[in-house]
Amino acid sequence: MATSPEKWDVDPILSVEHLFMRFGGLIAVNDLSFKVGRGDITALIGPNGAGKTTVFNCITGFYKPSEGRLVLAHGRAPTDDEVVEVTRIGERSLAVEGAGVFLLERLPDYRVSGEAKVARTFQNIRLFTGMTVLENLMVAQHNALMAASGFSIKGLLGLPGWTSAQRAATEKAKYWLDKVNLTDRADDPAGDLPYGAQRRLEIARAMCSEPILLCLDEPAAGLNPRESLELNALLRSIRAEHGTSILLIEHDMSVVMEISDHVVVLDYGTKIADGTPAAVKNDPRVIAAYLGVDEEAVEKVEAEIHQIETQAGASS
Amino acid sequence: MTVQTAESAPSAAHAGTGTAAAGSVMAHALKDAFVTGLIALGLFGPLIGFQTIIIDGALGLGYRPGLLAIIVGIIFAGRLLLNLTVWSPNRQVKARSGPTVFDRAGVVIGPVVKPALFGFAVLFPAIAIYGMGGLTESRYLIDLGILILTYVMLGWGLNIVVGLAGLLDLGYVAFYAVGAYTYALLATSAPVNDFFAGLLGETFWANWAFWICLPIAGLFSGLWGMILGFPVLRLRGDYLAIVTLAFGEIIRLVLINWVDFTGGGAGVASIPRATFFGIPFSAGEDGFAALFGLEFNPMHRIIFLYFVILALALITAFATVRLRKLPVGRAWEALREDEIACRSLGINTTNTKLTAFATGAMFGGFAGCFFAVRAGFVSPESFTFDVSAMILAIVVLGGMGSQIGVAVAAAVMMGGMEMLRNLGFLKQVFGNDFDPSLYRMLIFGFAMVAIMVWKPRGLVSTRDPTIFLKERKAVSGSLVKEGHG
Repeated sequence: MATSPEKWDVDPILSVEHLFMRFGGLIAVNDLSFKVGRGDITALIGPNGAGKTTVFNCITGFYKPSEGRLVLAHGRAPTDDEVVEVTRIGERSLAVEGAGVFLLERLPDYRVSGEAKVARTFQNIRLFTGMTVLENLMVAQHNALMAASGFSIKGLLGLPGWTSAQRAATEKAKYWLDKVNLTDRADDPAGDLPYGAQRRLEIARAMCSEPILLCLDEPAAGLNPRESLELNALLRSIRAEHGTSILLIEHDMSVVMEISDHVVVLDYGTKIADGTPAAVKNDPRVIAAYLGVDEEAVEKVEAEIHQIETQAGASS
Repeated sequence: MTVQTAESAPSAAHAGTGTAAAGSVMAHALKDAFVTGLIALGLFGPLIGFQTIIIDGALGLGYRPGLLAIIVGIIFAGRLLLNLTVWSPNRQVKARSGPTVFDRAGVVIGPVVKPALFGFAVLFPAIAIYGMGGLTESRYLIDLGILILTYVMLGWGLNIVVGLAGLLDLGYVAFYAVGAYTYALLATSAPVNDFFAGLLGETFWANWAFWICLPIAGLFSGLWGMILGFPVLRLRGDYLAIVTLAFGEIIRLVLINWVDFTGGGAGVASIPRATFFGIPFSAGEDGFAALFGLEFNPMHRIIFLYFVILALALITAFATVRLRKLPVGRAWEALREDEIACRSLGINTTNTKLTAFATGAMFGGFAGCFFAVRAGFVSPESFTFDVSAMILAIVVLGGMGSQIGVAVAAAVMMGGMEMLRNLGFLKQVFGNDFDPSLYRMLIFGFAMVAIMVWKPRGLVSTRDPTIFLKERKAVSGSLVKEGHG
């Protein structure tokens, strides 16, 4: 099956290489490798307990992977030599001309977001509920504002550099409030928003930190069909207008099949399929993993899988 | 019988059920009150019914059935009354719609409270002098004012750590102690005195020590805040509270046991007094009174100290209000709300916690330096856990994160404790043997419980947003998290 190389193999923004995550005796992620293309919307799907969120936590630095390498590329895809170089010298990142390489598994969580520019949302929404919607978006711009406030010294004195930076940050927050239709509720506490609005606000908050890769953990969970459609439009516009690559975990197939360019399927911590939505949808292993199979169908599916595997073995 | 009209039938039926319900309510209320009375009898029987007395030099048992009967009777009657009124099932509960009376009152008087309190604080010495009829007579009130303002300042300092950053600190007194000892030791140090005597004149250090040591004490305490902060960064909730508690005790024990350096339990005495920016409050020719053409009175110094602590407290409040609107302040509050979300937004939670600890500790250090100069004497006895607990109680009572609430709570707690010393009229009720000051902690405890039941989130339970687009809306306390470490 020699086809032209897929886009995500040519210019990956993130390469997950041989990722293992063990919790005691439990192997949550087992030798997982996949690539996230620059400017793509990549979906990571799989049944419950397949290890999707664990992969997310590894990428965003909340877990240290047991093994494996997570290469994030700023600017352009790094050459193999550059990746080998940064791995060998033991640094967390390497700036090469016009680009940067970050080894995410070596970065603490706040640097994954602050320096490597990977933002994330959470499966159970984590907003600052006691702060207003606008404040949530201001907190997201902490690092930029912190520098502008002269690490609080300029800010305490109220110097003009700080006030203009604050105004610019408010403008940016307003832009995102408009994007997610929350301008009217800007001064309400985030905890007062309905569920769908909280989901949108969490995405807006993540975008305020100016990420190059946005990781969304089940963004459509709990949304009604209309809100799901709005989410699709929002994610598309984020990609189109800001060039942000998106990696998402999702159970809602209407979202996954509709907007993603590339789908990776996990089951029991292993990758069982990787390709375009259409290819993945028809993969018998994916169907088996998702729907389960009848007693009678087991043999048929196993035979089919065997057939595919022998074919794959023959072609490689 | 006449034919009942359609209208009267249901109302009569209703009245019938009404009387039946009233009867069952009464029966239920009586039964409940009786059970409560029995429980009270069982509880208070051994506690109050018996009394140890000395009979002919030997220990014997006395009986107080009368007192026991009175107490059980009060409980029975009180319970019955509550059952029939407040807890009665027939009671019409007023539907709460819209803001309560207190909320509406808050909206009306809210904008006036701050200027009014500020004006009162500035004019307080004048009011005290006028009210008491003389400079010397006002000493008690102004001393009380200084005490209250010291606790207001400590409350505002701890508010940064507990109220804004959500880090439970039970050892805040340690920073107060560090500030006080920094001033006490530097001001009484012979080498420092000699150094400045050679450089700038014999009396320079005695006159300027406070003003030079004040920032040093703050910086030192801030440094100790960081030193405490580092090991406890990983701890949350109860564990953090225990370690900070231990830190407070360690500082006190070091002060007691490092006799060579700190003077041990005897403390440090004859600390130089505060001066009016270098001019001592003395009766001499170059003293404050002589220079300003006033008659010498030791109260000048006390009134000056009042304004010093007022200024220090206002600086604390101003800095806190300003910091809240800066990224660092928002990061503190975000940390209290959700630490994991903070990290996902690129906030270095380690640094954020350390700045909170250090800033809070710094204001504690300023207050400690002031304490040393006011008292002229420091010893480890002034820095026990009680002080930490009192400051924390002020912050919790005031409403975590609220400036005005903390100030009011400090005034109520410290002023109230003082007032309870002066309840002479209770002697007329309970007889001359009754000493009200012995009961003040009990009354104080009841008051705390009552306020926490009535206002579980403190006096000011809403949060003021730091920035707004169109309209400033207070955030309800139920949405604001308390932080968990």
